[in-house]
Order: sequence, then C-alpha cells, then structure tokens
Amino acid sequence: MKYKLLYFASLADRAGRAEEMRDTSAQAPRDLYAEIARQHGFSFPADRIRVAVNGALVGWDHALTDGDEIVFLPPVSGG
Amino acid sequence: MKRFRLSDAAIDAEAEKRALAHPAAGGCLAFEGWVRNHNEAREVLRLDYQAYGPVAESEGEAILAEAIAKFDLRAAHCVHRVGALAIGDMAVWVGVSADHRGAAFDACRWLIDEVKRRVPIWKNEHYADGESGWLHP
Repeated sequence: MKYKLLYFASLADRAGRAEEMRDTSAQAPRDLYAEIARQHGFSFPADRIRVAVNGALVGWDHALTDGDEIVFLPPVSGG
Repeated sequence: MKRFRLSDAAIDAEAEKRALAHPAAGGCLAFEGWVRNHNEAREVLRLDYQAYGPVAESEGEAILAEAIAKFDLRAAHCVHRVGALAIGDMAVWVGVSADHRGAAFDACRWLIDEVKRRVPIWKNEHYADGESGWLHP
C-alpha cells in the first residue's frame, strides 16, 4: 500500500525531510513505525510516540488504507 | 471565533480577553506564556514553534471542552503561536471566565498543563553557543 507520511520536529531533522510517499507492506502504524524507525534511525520507542491518521489520533493497531496520511507525533513541547 | 487557534501572528491578549465576556461570569483569568532567555542553564536567543495543525486544533478544542465541563466555566479560549519567536514574545495565551474566582484559577492551571502535555506543538530552541534543538520532554 502507499501512504503519505509527515514528519515534525526532530523526526523531520532525522529523516531529512518533512514528508515522504512510501510503498510498503505495513498494514498498521505499529509495523510502519518499526520500518521507518529502522530506516531513518528514529530513537523514540513506540510508547513515547502518538499516531495520527488523516488528522485524527488512532491506536497502534489501526487498519491503514491506501492513500492515508500518517503522522508519528514525538513528545510535544508547546507552551 | 474558534476557541482554540494556532497563530502565525502576534497574540492580541486584550481582544482574546474580550471574547470571554459573559453576563453570568464574575471574573476572568488568563495565563500568558512568554519566550524566556534561558532553559536549563543555557542561554536561549530565539525559538521556533512547529505544529501539526489538524490534531493541534482538535486536541486543543477537546481540552477546552473538557475544562468547561470540569470547572463549570462560562468560556475558555487558547491561542498558541507557531513560527519564529523572539525573547519576550507571547507564545501561548489561555483564558477563562467563570462565575467565581476559584474555578477560574483552577481551570487556568489545568488548561495550560493539558495544552503543554497533549497538543502536538514542538519548540526548537536556538542557543547562544550556536546549537539548536527540538525539545521532546
């Protein structure tokens, strides 16, 4: 399946990009994060990351659909 | 006006406060977060804030709705800056109106804590020694 991924903050720095289109066999955020964390060298464990799909927070086992926009949100620091 | 907003322009605190007005409210209270020139013993020159807009807005709105229900508020609003900020700039404004002061103080404290904990906004600090870093507490 093909997904659009957006990256923010240190994850964007580490990936060297703010977004990417990815063709992958991953069907849930859990598998997808493992794949990109390995490839881009992300050091956050999954329990420090939240997942958003198409603008809404979802769980790690959410069923992804072709064309989804996916964001892995690292720990936040607003305020 | 949306109750939670991201803004790439300076926050007008007086205008925000006026939007809290309600005939049953006995007072209002606001907290302003400012950019300070130091963090954990390092000198900070300026900041950049980045946000993931769709979730920032939905989480921000959810937090305000929770606060209104939890503290019996008449109104609750929040504005958070994105983009490049200088020392002394207002980074975030939260304000509430309530029938009595106790609820207003409690709600304001709870609100700023929840916004900092949940809303997907990230701060990049630029230090005097030339380094910079995204904060991920």
